[in-house]
Amino acid sequence: MRFTTTPSQTVGPFFEIGLPWGTGPFAVPEATPGAITIWGTVYDGAGEPVPDGLIEIWQADPAGRFADLHDHGGPSMLGGFRGLARCATRDDGSYRIVTVKPGRIDAATGAAQAPHIDVSVLARGLLRHCVTRIYFADEEEANAADPLLARVPAERRATLLARPIDDGYRFDIRLQGPEETVFFDV
Amino acid sequence: MDDTPLRYSRESGDPPLDWPPYKSTSLRHPKQPLVYLPHTITEITGPRLGGIISEGDNDLTNRHAGEPIGERIIVFGRVLDAEGKPLRETLVEIWQANAAGRYRHRSDRWPAPLDPNFSGAGRCMTDAHGGYRFVTIKPGPYPWGNHHNAWRPAHIHFSLLGRAFAQRLVTQMYFPGDPLFSYDPIFNSVPEQAARERMIARFSIESTQPHWAAAYEFDIVLRGPAATPFE
Ligand SMILES: [Fe+3]
Repeated sequence: MRFTTTPSQTVGPFFEIGLPWGTGPFAVPEATPGAITIWGTVYDGAGEPVPDGLIEIWQADPAGRFADLHDHGGPSMLGGFRGLARCATRDDGSYRIVTVKPGRIDAATGAAQAPHIDVSVLARGLLRHCVTRIYFADEEEANAADPLLARVPAERRATLLARPIDDGYRFDIRLQGPEETVFFDV
Repeated sequence: MDDTPLRYSRESGDPPLDWPPYKSTSLRHPKQPLVYLPHTITEITGPRLGGIISEGDNDLTNRHAGEPIGERIIVFGRVLDAEGKPLRETLVEIWQANAAGRYRHRSDRWPAPLDPNFSGAGRCMTDAHGGYRFVTIKPGPYPWGNHHNAWRPAHIHFSLLGRAFAQRLVTQMYFPGDPLFSYDPIFNSVPEQAARERMIARFSIESTQPHWAAAYEFDIVLRGPAATPFE
């Protein structure tokens, strides 16, 4: 017997009373060697910042392993690595997440993949969450061989690239508009 | 170790991203086609979160000096996948308005009273049988600015991480018999009536506790394994 799945509904404007955690924005403890910050701004179709959104990430550690409930392809040996982080956007639409750069996923645990982070975007006005991926602009060689990036129209791939800045990377998300971020059917 | 499938079914009764009756979707829904993402290890894995739960996080009525005002209720159920398999160790988070329909949130300007004894958020992990249970008060309906005389049916917001990134779900639980259902564009964004009914809890006289609290049962079904492998 198959059951019908429970449908998605928007998080609405007031999720901040329930979803953010004290350590939510930290996928690793802050003092972890090699910790990086990923920050950016979420924009709507008018180019206005989205002040009531939530960004959630899930990723592998630098060795390409997950802090997974089931030890698929893992487990991660990095102390305190959670792999999950969530951050509500601020009034200016910005979010900030502290993590480590994920490693390449090797072919032994499925298809070989360039370093990437899965991202869920939730907000008032989104009846279901949107999924995108962060790839890294400074991983040209790995990106060129990535099977998923190959599915993305070449002229839109740049929307998936986090750009190096002083203490980490910048990754803006545009829900709509001329430079709309690539979102995935997951 | 091997109790997550290699890929998840994409069948869903989910609402569309572009839904004009709910005005906030207009500038926020992506317009470009979504790119098909075959499930890789990143999408079939999910976090260990047991450590973030404390005893009592599932009781929204005992956080303050006094009891919150309103109808005390028990909300319970199981988290299953589409094959009926119970999903243990899954984080369930809820947030809601108080009995007067007011959220403890800086942007909620609806002039209904705040309740000093109610914050409106709770969380728990599912047990070995996929079960969860909260004690809370029944939230009130509330007005919003979407259209003239717009009111949301009473609801509790639910967030589930599932056991895999591909199972992530945020939804809302409604109460049986609410007269506002037919006027609510969010409830009605779900295309099929049968799927909408999956969001309505069942009043449970069996679990209602005499002289203490009414009980509502709400099972949540997350995606299950894909029926036929492809790609
Ligand atoms: Fe609400």
